[in-house]
Amino acid sequence: MEEEMHTDAKIRAETGTGSSPRGPGCSLRHFACEQNLLSRPDGSASFLQGDTSVLAGVYGPSEVKVSKEIFNKATLEVILRPKIGLPGVAEKSRERLIRNTCEAVVLGTLHPRTSITVVLQVVSDAGSGAQLLACCLNAACMALVDAGVPMRALFCGVTCALDSDGTLVLDPTSKQEKEARAVLTFALDNVERKLLMSSTKGLFSDAEGSAPSTNQSLPRSSSSAWL
Amino acid sequence: MAEAASVAAECLAGCRARGARSVLGQVVVPGEELLLPEQEDAEGPGGAGERPLSLNAGARSRVRVICGPGLRRCGDRLLVTKCGRLRHKEPGGGGGGVYWVDSQQKRYVPVKGDHVIGIVTAKSGDIFKVDVGGSEPASLSYLSFEGATKRNRPNVQVGDLIYGQFVVANKDMEPEMVCIDSCGRANGMGVIGQDGLLFKVTLGLIRKLLAPDCEIIQEVGKLYPLEIVFGMNGRIWVKAKTIQQTLILANILEACEHMTSDQRKQIFSRLAES
Repeated sequence: MEEEMHTDAKIRAETGTGSSPRGPGCSLRHFACEQNLLSRPDGSASFLQGDTSVLAGVYGPSEVKVSKEIFNKATLEVILRPKIGLPGVAEKSRERLIRNTCEAVVLGTLHPRTSITVVLQVVSDAGSGAQLLACCLNAACMALVDAGVPMRALFCGVTCALDSDGTLVLDPTSKQEKEARAVLTFALDNVERKLLMSSTKGLFSDAEGSAPSTNQSLPRSSSSAWL
Repeated sequence: MAEAASVAAECLAGCRARGARSVLGQVVVPGEELLLPEQEDAEGPGGAGERPLSLNAGARSRVRVICGPGLRRCGDRLLVTKCGRLRHKEPGGGGGGVYWVDSQQKRYVPVKGDHVIGIVTAKSGDIFKVDVGGSEPASLSYLSFEGATKRNRPNVQVGDLIYGQFVVANKDMEPEMVCIDSCGRANGMGVIGQDGLLFKVTLGLIRKLLAPDCEIIQEVGKLYPLEIVFGMNGRIWVKAKTIQQTLILANILEACEHMTSDQRKQIFSRLAES
């Protein structure tokens, strides 16, 4: 089994920082992933997406404190540490989103009264919260796979920005995010491309917000993440 | 990598379930559904195109297939739950054989019948608590040793190494292990002697080393005289004549996972010379 999965996916010719203008629709920036790089955790992965890079470690299924144990499934914990400073409310909210996504796919009923802990460390941050969330989701999924935790599907995180004339840009740079009127982050599974989690910020209509189910480019680009 | 790309390409085309036979030896990812091969009716002894009458003509008979690690039953299909290569073993008797996913893991999950190396962590009354690397410590009764009776207790202290097998290991109960086999004989199990070195490797390496045709162990045996115990929980105990030889053996076994057989032979020949 390969311990290192180094994936370079460039859908269209891209420069890393996205200084060249990209067409609307399906194009992701350069992303890469490496697994099994830490010796202590049961599974680890590092995910680099554009300018954002997150290191994830998974411990489990391991012992759990009696106060936290659930009698019929595994207790999933997510800890997100920012690059500088102490974790605050934003980290707690992202931890909850990532935990809910992981709980939806991990087969916790196979390991009752155990704990599965996902620790995420932000290594480099482009300054955008939405990008970070997508990168954390991808790193968490790769680390869970490396640890051999049984899952019913894989999931990936992808960010998109809606600018003022309604065009959808996938994987926006920080500059595109600031100028956009809405930034949306989605987590999709690989079985039926269904939506697992969405985190949105900004102003958009219902029709635009149902992009994950109707927009073909979104699932296709995010599916390339599973190469 | 090329195989992974073709897997992804199929997924992009539309996630249809694939036949298990067609995916053997290839990388599978969680979420994939595999179709089981169906049993074909054997031609009857009638010869000239006669087929035996089946009572339920509509239903097709299915082969009884065992679902191994990494796979779950999902209706009449197999759902993949771990990333790895799909393997199949033909059955000895009737039935469809075993399907499983060869995946890499560091964390051990207790399985009934596995022989493991445990470390005694506590002694409470009649039971020892043994750490086997899983989510819970296993319990070992003092009567589960060869020749042990209530008056003749085994000499086991906290911190000792135990080689035993699981008799109870499921997700709902605390694992229990014993150091005797079903006939009451030790058969190599029990307290592991003094000295030596215990170290941890991945579960995949242990399975590779314990395979019947593994050359690594034969070559290591020719190098130095040694005692070695493999636990399915990823723990190996090694003892050689001197501490230096023990450490060399431990390093070789840990490095074996990532070396090709040529590199290994080079290292062994260099060690044999010195």
